[in-house]
Amino acid sequence: MKKNSLIFAIFIFPFFIWNNSYAADGSFHLDNAKIDLNDQHSLQRGARNFINYCLNCHSANYMRYNRLQDIGLSEDEIKKNLLFTADKSGELMNISMDSVEAKKWFGANPPNLTVTARSRGKDWIYTYLRTFYIDDSRELGWNNLVYPNAAMPHVLWELQGTQVYEDNHLSLLKAGILSEQEYDQFVLDTTNYMVFMAEPAKLVRHKIGYFVIGFLVILLILVINLKREFWKDIK
Amino acid sequence: MSKKHNGFDKDRRKFLLTATAVTGAVGISVAGIPFITSMKPSEKAKAAGASVAVDTSKIEKGSLLTTEWRGQPVWILNRTEDMVKGLSKMETNLADPQLKVTSQQPKYCQNPTRSIKSDLLVVVGICTHLGCSPTAKLQPKGDMGDNWTGGFFCPCHGSKFDLAGRVYKGSPAPTNLVVPPHKYIDEKTILIGEDQKDEA
Amino acid sequence: MERKNNLMTWVDERLPVSSFIKNHLTQYYAPKNFNFLYFFGALAIVLFALQILTGIFLTMHYKPDALHAFASVEYIMRDVSFGWVIRYMHSTGASLFFVVIYMHMFRAIIYGSYKQPRELLWIFGVLIFLLLMAEAFFGYLLPWGQMSYWGAQVIVNLFATVPFIGPDLAEWVRGDYLVSDATLNRFFAFHVIALPLALAGLIFLHLAALHSVGSNNPDGIEIKQTKDKKTGIPLDGIPFHPYYTVKDLIGLTVFLIVFTAIIFFMPEVGGYFLEHNNFVPADPLVTPAHIAPVWYFTPFYSILRAVPPIFNSQFPGVAAMGAAVLILFIVPWLDKSKVKSIRYKGTLYKKWLAAFVLSFLILGYLGTVPSNIWGQIPNFIPILGGLDLATFVARVFTIVYFAFFVLMPFYSKKDKTKPVPKRVTS
Repeated sequence: MKKNSLIFAIFIFPFFIWNNSYAADGSFHLDNAKIDLNDQHSLQRGARNFINYCLNCHSANYMRYNRLQDIGLSEDEIKKNLLFTADKSGELMNISMDSVEAKKWFGANPPNLTVTARSRGKDWIYTYLRTFYIDDSRELGWNNLVYPNAAMPHVLWELQGTQVYEDNHLSLLKAGILSEQEYDQFVLDTTNYMVFMAEPAKLVRHKIGYFVIGFLVILLILVINLKREFWKDIK
Repeated sequence: MSKKHNGFDKDRRKFLLTATAVTGAVGISVAGIPFITSMKPSEKAKAAGASVAVDTSKIEKGSLLTTEWRGQPVWILNRTEDMVKGLSKMETNLADPQLKVTSQQPKYCQNPTRSIKSDLLVVVGICTHLGCSPTAKLQPKGDMGDNWTGGFFCPCHGSKFDLAGRVYKGSPAPTNLVVPPHKYIDEKTILIGEDQKDEA
Repeated sequence: MERKNNLMTWVDERLPVSSFIKNHLTQYYAPKNFNFLYFFGALAIVLFALQILTGIFLTMHYKPDALHAFASVEYIMRDVSFGWVIRYMHSTGASLFFVVIYMHMFRAIIYGSYKQPRELLWIFGVLIFLLLMAEAFFGYLLPWGQMSYWGAQVIVNLFATVPFIGPDLAEWVRGDYLVSDATLNRFFAFHVIALPLALAGLIFLHLAALHSVGSNNPDGIEIKQTKDKKTGIPLDGIPFHPYYTVKDLIGLTVFLIVFTAIIFFMPEVGGYFLEHNNFVPADPLVTPAHIAPVWYFTPFYSILRAVPPIFNSQFPGVAAMGAAVLILFIVPWLDKSKVKSIRYKGTLYKKWLAAFVLSFLILGYLGTVPSNIWGQIPNFIPILGGLDLATFVARVFTIVYFAFFVLMPFYSKKDKTKPVPKRVTS
């Protein structure tokens, strides 16, 4: 009995140290991004946001344009509205900006964002895009609470408005085109899209998984009965 | 061994074995699908092999445009009226004038001009002998001799093709030049790589 | 069927297939009291085959070049049909391989499966474990992410701590002055061909050694000592086929359920099976804030970190980490107990075993987190004041870990054992 509890403890142990945190240096508290990968409209808006605002400095060159068909866009819609940096929808989301030049202009090369949602996590992206504030001591005039001294300016300032950070408190200095709710939704959609882009297979693997495990459970029932039938011979 | 001879039910055992074996076999076959399909052309290959659009309005009458599709040179020849008229006179010199080898052209090009529009020929510029790219010898006579009425000559082993890509008798090449799948997406533009759906 | 008999006879005259089936399956007798812990050997073979199968298909698309490696993995995940399934099978299989192997080794320890006449079987097993760790280490560089790169950098630098020959040795392993494309290419060669071949050979030897002496069992009783007088078959033995083939099918199916649940629902396993930082391409100029090895190496990594530099050299830490694995080789000679299985050992041994398991788990956990995770010991405490608490705990458990082995000749002899029955129980 003691030995069984020991074995049980070994199996249960991992759950006590389960670590879902991404930013191990956990400096700034990250907001929970309530994304829904089944919401195709959100994903499509996010794709539009990403391609229009991010894809000029950041590349996403592991992602093909025609993969956007997975979120309900037709090849025609992609060609007409989203094909900014390529001629054909089968091409990758490359950008023409040279990475060496970019480093000179910005101080750091804007990283490839294809799998950022897997390295940083959705909460990081969601919070990052909403915590830019004016900082005159920085070269481009912007700083960020989640990523202090980021080289990136607040590309979306016209939408969010400008924020200031005083007495450990972020506040809106001048309003932007979107209200706070609308801007949060904008960022949420973009985050949602980036999660999809980081792993397009995520949309299908759950469905396949249910079938596979269902099948294996049936097989398990058969195999248990088979074993019991044969082991009737023993003792 | 009869049923319940050694105290075990032979029929139940047989049923369970069969059921498990069948289920297992189904499982293994389905599990094999990802592996087999992973070897098919990837999205990268499909993108690189995507269809190519060509604007034919720029091709002068009587001249040849070379483009590329799936790593192969594709010729678009804008034939003059005389060139087209001359095609029917070639029959006796050709190895397969009736296009009996149907795999060399799509159904909608199974005709005397081997094309959708009679003037524009679309053909893969690779000799059907051993894969060299023939030279265009579009003008009659010249260095090809007095009997030459225009076509293509492969320098590697001397195969000759006419202005519809049909192979001459006596050539080492066994078949006519391949006509790739293609269609007109408007009056002037050919899309190489996709089939014309309705027969013209 | 007469025709079938002729075919079988034809083959048997040229290759001993029928006698092999007889000697190693249908008339190979295994103890009838195998429990849950006895699934893991068969599962290990299945996992080995799975890793090779998925590995072959990954190699069709992966590019072992520093400029293309990371992108080629994303290519597999997106552009190759079902490439993501194959990739997840390989990454999940690698981690589950270690779960299975640790359970397999645990079984051997508690039932004394390393004791005479199975010492050589155990030695082959420890060799397989060593090569498996190397295989996993080489494989982990291949995705060329930040963790891949810096993990390799740290471990190869351990070679540099070897006295006198260290720096040259490290340079020779890397094939360059830093971990680079040269390192990636050779690690690819080791991972794809050299080690799998060596592993296959050792696994064969491991199985051959097993079949020579027969399996141990949870009671630690040698079933060959009590045979049927007429047939010569061990009284507590049952033919491996069909009884254990059919039982192993259950083990396999349960394993597959766990395996596929992970692949289709949580392939990253919270960042333990696929580390988050490894989705950032390797950058030699940016050191991650927190470098940790993959979970299955963390107990040994903890030991490495716990040992302080001595005479300005980190080599003692490296030596301790190495010793933590190598000491396994001599366990058959450390255990002086008259009984094999924990079922008949006394409380003294059981306490030491519990302490060992606890230290392995705690060292494992500590290896996943930075040393300052629990803050420092208050300064007013003499000697220890100012030291990271986690480091202190790691040091304590490192001592417990080694004590389990080093003191074994003494406590295993002193231990009050129970009488071992002649026939197996349960």
